[in-house]
Amino acid sequence: MVERKGALARILPHLVLLTGVAIVAFPVYLALIGATHESSVIANGQMPLTPGGAALDSYYRAIVIGPSRTTREPVGTMLLNSFTMAMLIAVGKIAISLLSAFAVVYFRFPFRKAAFWMIFITLMLPVEVRIYPTYKVAADLGLLDTMAGLTLPLIASATATLLFRQFFMTVPDELVEASKIDGAGPMKFFFDTLLPLSRTNMAALFVILFIYGWNQYLWPLLITTRDDMQTIVIGIKKMIVTSDAITEWQIVMATAVLAMLPPVLIVIVMQKLFVRGLVETEK
Amino acid sequence: MASVTLSAVSKIYHGGVEAVRGVSFEVPDGSFCVLVGPSGCGKSTLLRMIAGLETITGGTVRIGERVVNDIEPADRDIAMVFQNYALYPHMSVYDNMAYGLRNRGTPKAEIEARVAEAARILAIEPFLDRRPRQLSGGQRQRVAMGRAIVRKPQVFLFDEPLSNLDAKLRVQMRVEIKRLQRSLGVTSVYVTHDQVEAMTLSDVLVVMNAGQVEQIGRPIDLYRKPATRFVAGFLGSPAMNFLPGTVVDARTVSIGGGTLRVAPGTGTAGPGTTVEVGIRPEDLRIAAPGEGLRVAVEFIEELGATQLVHGRLGDAPLTIQVATGEAPSGDAFEIAASPEALHLFDPATTARL
Amino acid sequence: MEKRATFSNRYLPYALLAPQILVTLIFFYWPAAQAIRQSFMLEDAFGLSSDFVWFENYVALFKDPSYYQTLWTTFVFSGSVAFLSLSVALLLAVMADAEIRGATAYRTFLIWPYAVAPAVAGVLWIFMLDPSLGMVARGLKSLGLDWNPRLNGTHALTQVVLASAWKQISYNFLFFLAGLQAIPRSVIEAAAIDGARAWRRFWTITLPLLSPTTFFLLVVNIVYAFFDTFGTIDTMTQGGPAKATETLVYKVYSDGRLGGDLGGSAAQSVILMIIVIGLTAVQFRFVERRVTY
Repeated sequence: MVERKGALARILPHLVLLTGVAIVAFPVYLALIGATHESSVIANGQMPLTPGGAALDSYYRAIVIGPSRTTREPVGTMLLNSFTMAMLIAVGKIAISLLSAFAVVYFRFPFRKAAFWMIFITLMLPVEVRIYPTYKVAADLGLLDTMAGLTLPLIASATATLLFRQFFMTVPDELVEASKIDGAGPMKFFFDTLLPLSRTNMAALFVILFIYGWNQYLWPLLITTRDDMQTIVIGIKKMIVTSDAITEWQIVMATAVLAMLPPVLIVIVMQKLFVRGLVETEK
Repeated sequence: MASVTLSAVSKIYHGGVEAVRGVSFEVPDGSFCVLVGPSGCGKSTLLRMIAGLETITGGTVRIGERVVNDIEPADRDIAMVFQNYALYPHMSVYDNMAYGLRNRGTPKAEIEARVAEAARILAIEPFLDRRPRQLSGGQRQRVAMGRAIVRKPQVFLFDEPLSNLDAKLRVQMRVEIKRLQRSLGVTSVYVTHDQVEAMTLSDVLVVMNAGQVEQIGRPIDLYRKPATRFVAGFLGSPAMNFLPGTVVDARTVSIGGGTLRVAPGTGTAGPGTTVEVGIRPEDLRIAAPGEGLRVAVEFIEELGATQLVHGRLGDAPLTIQVATGEAPSGDAFEIAASPEALHLFDPATTARL
Repeated sequence: MEKRATFSNRYLPYALLAPQILVTLIFFYWPAAQAIRQSFMLEDAFGLSSDFVWFENYVALFKDPSYYQTLWTTFVFSGSVAFLSLSVALLLAVMADAEIRGATAYRTFLIWPYAVAPAVAGVLWIFMLDPSLGMVARGLKSLGLDWNPRLNGTHALTQVVLASAWKQISYNFLFFLAGLQAIPRSVIEAAAIDGARAWRRFWTITLPLLSPTTFFLLVVNIVYAFFDTFGTIDTMTQGGPAKATETLVYKVYSDGRLGGDLGGSAAQSVILMIIVIGLTAVQFRFVERRVTY
């Protein structure tokens, strides 16, 4: 940068970064390799660092049949459950947050401040600190083992509402006024102008929220008991049996790869939106 | 088309701030009315009350014969051009202009015809498919005007539409707005803080200060006979000089040791009364030694065609505008003014005498 | 900050707010109120009746040495996770910032672990560190270390810290890199003209200018270690051995579920809420400061 650098100084950053990338990637590399070996090779602790030939078998059995000895659902079902849950949470959060932010920013009405604070304070009530009472509410409402029970309690979030509120505040007042003069009512303004303007924010938030939904663990763990309601993140944990002899590690690793694939792909493919989403939600 | 009539219109904000106090005037059908004044004088609030974007605390606003106080902006049959244009950033130029018509259920063919016509008038036909972001400031300005034109409203409202443009473009667009308003003949209310815009555009000029109307009339009348010291100082560039003076008799005032003649018919006061004497820089001329008031020269600004001489008459600062080459070379000289050029103001009420 | 231009409609805003308020009331406020209420109640052994016992649950909690043990574990755990992932991320970010050409490419290779579920991260690290089949565990043993996280609490905590920190590096890297790139080149150049060498520039210019980011990340990492690592702990150690990896959140879960001590679990929840409120307050104070920084 400022000084002229020697050869070592030029190479050093690359060396450090490559080492970093290698360390970060190593656990995943092992998972990819693990899924290609026979269960016996892994169990006796002799797995090599190069791929074996059992990949097709592992993925086929994981997706279609499920691990034999722990008699769980096939991973295919779990993937579908995870996908449905993540989509519902992401879309649901964005939808209700858009509406409530629109109400708070674009209307004056009694209890407006109260409503805003009510939403704001939920920032301080993560599901982990109210886990059993929430479980009881869900149970009382008959929501155990349902998609609604899985997603509804995770749908309300102050973060998304705050983000949209902040974005709406930057939309020029004159656009509202021009819309009024152009004969658009509040909902027409919302759909014709505000939503199209919020597209990038919605997409960025969607990336973050999809990952958030996909990776949920504690809540699905409590709320689902039926195997066919399991998400992949819960399912993988149940495949690991404490006595290793019966854990089919090649299937666990194939499942791990499948569990990582959708969110990791989203991050890499939509990197720009992802970074933007992360930065925005932390404001 | 329709006239716009304001009767005792006032606006008090929630905090108790009185932005507009009892303003009344009429904009005749088809005329161009400019509201001018310093920032915070209430001119924008007044315009927004006509548009229906602010509620009216007191008084009535009429468009044509109809009282519009409680009518939604969309139903007032007005169109507005905003300072920052307020174009819908996600819509094409065409859609920006068509949006208001679509919301009103105008038939598609009619919309197309009107947008095409407006685009032709404003010379923005090549840009119809572009987004506002892809246009220059001047082009955006035209689209904003186009959005107003296609609606064929009773009244155009302009909220400082030229203040985001650079100086050269501003002059050009000013001329275009005037030409357009002439040819369409639509009643227009235009808000600006720029007195040159105000003078050049208006048929009816309204000078506002501190929420009240200082004076209403034809621009040239306001320039020639400002009703208050404020109007006198606000209109005209460079600004009018104000000098402390004393009335000697009905035709004479004394200023800084000398005297000036006052035109007959100019209001005045009893001998010995203190007055403020206003003289425009362009009305002052250089007098032969011993015939005028003595001015000490401080510095001279060259404007090309003219020169501005800045100096002092006694303690009072003074500016004199003369044709280039006429400025005296010494550090003092004498000035005179024709009796018609003197405006006398009451120092207590600031009203014209 | 308020909008000047608004719509007026008597019922519409309430209709718009209804979905979120409803979900919030049912799944946030009602359960939170229940948790607070329950923390003052004592259930009998069969769950048939409950009595109001004032602060008895809290008193019992603070008299219980195992609660202090968990507090300490949580403290050590979150401190280690934050320190480890922050320092690795800072090192990588500084290197990536120095190498402007490759920065975005390296970013792509470093940010994806963010997307890995904490529970899956736990599974990946178990696969490496399991004493009987893990490849890394084998390596450690061949170095003469008696690696046994199933029995050795320190080993167990270490592996949970490693897995948790691994996942958080991406996040920290991203924010550090953005923070570094926001430092004006001219400031660094001015320091160079003032005679500061690269190493000194880092300590006296870059790091102080980066301190808002660092502080912000510290809070975020602590929140992460507190609440988001449940899945990692549950897949790797289930809080064991002998509660060596039991954090506050994990204890709420296991006391309520396995122990059935609802009053005690509720009291712990309330204390956690207070901690979250504290952390959020710190975070918001910081955000305000950052705006004017």
